[in-house]
Amino acid sequence: MNIIFALAGVVVKEMYRRKDFYVLFVMTALLTLLAGSATFFNDPKITGYLKEICLLLIWVATLVIALTSAARQIPAERESRTIFPLLAKPVTRWHVIVGKFLGCWVVAALAVAMFYVFFGAVVAAREHALPVAHYLQAAILHWMALAVVIALAILGSIVFSAPSVNVTISFIVVGGVLTLGEHLNKLASRMEGLSQTLTSIVYFLLPHIEWAFAYRDLLLFNQPLAPWSAVLTAAVYWAAYAAALLIGAWLAFRRKTLTLG
Amino acid sequence: MDAILRMDKLRVEYPVKQRGATPKVALHGLDLTVNAGEVFGFLGPNGAGKTTTMNVLLGFVQPTSGAAYLFGVDVRQPIARQRIGFLPELTYYYKFLTAEEILRFYAKVFGIPSAEADKRIDDLIKLVELEHARKRPLKSYSKGMQQRVGLAQALINNPDLLILDEPTSGLDPLGRMKVREIIQRLKDEGKTVFFSSHELGEVETVCDRVAIVNQGELKEQGRVSDLMKEHQCDLEKIFLKIVGYQGQL
Repeated sequence: MNIIFALAGVVVKEMYRRKDFYVLFVMTALLTLLAGSATFFNDPKITGYLKEICLLLIWVATLVIALTSAARQIPAERESRTIFPLLAKPVTRWHVIVGKFLGCWVVAALAVAMFYVFFGAVVAAREHALPVAHYLQAAILHWMALAVVIALAILGSIVFSAPSVNVTISFIVVGGVLTLGEHLNKLASRMEGLSQTLTSIVYFLLPHIEWAFAYRDLLLFNQPLAPWSAVLTAAVYWAAYAAALLIGAWLAFRRKTLTLG
Repeated sequence: MDAILRMDKLRVEYPVKQRGATPKVALHGLDLTVNAGEVFGFLGPNGAGKTTTMNVLLGFVQPTSGAAYLFGVDVRQPIARQRIGFLPELTYYYKFLTAEEILRFYAKVFGIPSAEADKRIDDLIKLVELEHARKRPLKSYSKGMQQRVGLAQALINNPDLLILDEPTSGLDPLGRMKVREIIQRLKDEGKTVFFSSHELGEVETVCDRVAIVNQGELKEQGRVSDLMKEHQCDLEKIFLKIVGYQGQL
């Protein structure tokens, strides 16, 4: 575990020394502050829309952080050839995969925590109420869903040679799951024969991170708290999905030829 | 004598993308043994198979057949690399970290307890004369300074075997002298050093034994003094003769 923690530590250090993440954070915080505190004609509907935009913005910002940081980890190691002194030590490729994943996931945790605390503070200042348990559930689900996104980007970084291709494809897949994932099942029920089977298979194979995305409604419309058992089940489901993607990444990386010359 | 590094009929083939083409053979059944406490020079012209041998020893490339062992452990096992230090030809380190941070990172990788790691880091930074720059990120270092950090990271686990790939390449005369001094010091401490180099004068000075490879085959190996006596010339002329140089010697 020492090796994995050491590798994750380097990822976190790299992130907080990069300026682009601060720019993204400040921009998101600023937009959240503006949209979260603006009032138009005292119309609660407009206020609700603005809150929804804030949460959408937080999702986009965290997805950008998770995807771009995870997608570049292993290609950057190979490009700058830092992988060689690393693998010349008793470090396996599995350590590299898991260490990089853990580092990116910790960064994602920090980003999610900061954004939700900030958004919660802005909303609480206006509404004079802060449903802490709702925010905690939303942040946990968001963070667990990002584990799948990060694992997917790490797998992509081994399969695709260019990080830009990986980021683009990962964004399309994640965007597709978030927007269309829940509708696939309904679509399948309206189909017949082979197309119904195929659509159902795709539905069951996809990582349904849109469940975490949909949790925004509970925050926006002051819905009752979700049962903690459901949150735990979703977390275990995403953890298993992320583990499967990491094993896939390791299988692809294990036999990859790396040569000094 | 104890064999620290052993290669048995090591053969490496690289697949060729062209359809029907035969694979490129980089090493043709290399047999080599390096004993404890030796400074061993691994020589050969570009493309001779030196880097491929290093790739196999460090576990980057799997041999097609044959095997290589470090301390009696197959190089395919990561534990075989627990007691080695490796210095690549060029500096491949995280540029956003400071010298102190990179050494602490590698110490963690080796599972060195924190108090011991602190002491080793201090000693190594002193050894490579980087006390004044220890808190600066590596991106602000000159090439020579980065190479010295490389040497420090290769020594962080107090290795019994040091593998150096062209350790003085691109260094100024002072930097070369420093590397030679460190190799000599390691030899005095009873460590084993295996290094590839094109600097034959340097090899002649510091090595106990050498091996010369060409086109993936071992052409010559032995004690430097024995080879010079046998061929009645210096190492450079022996090298040129072996690689088939046709000019005036």
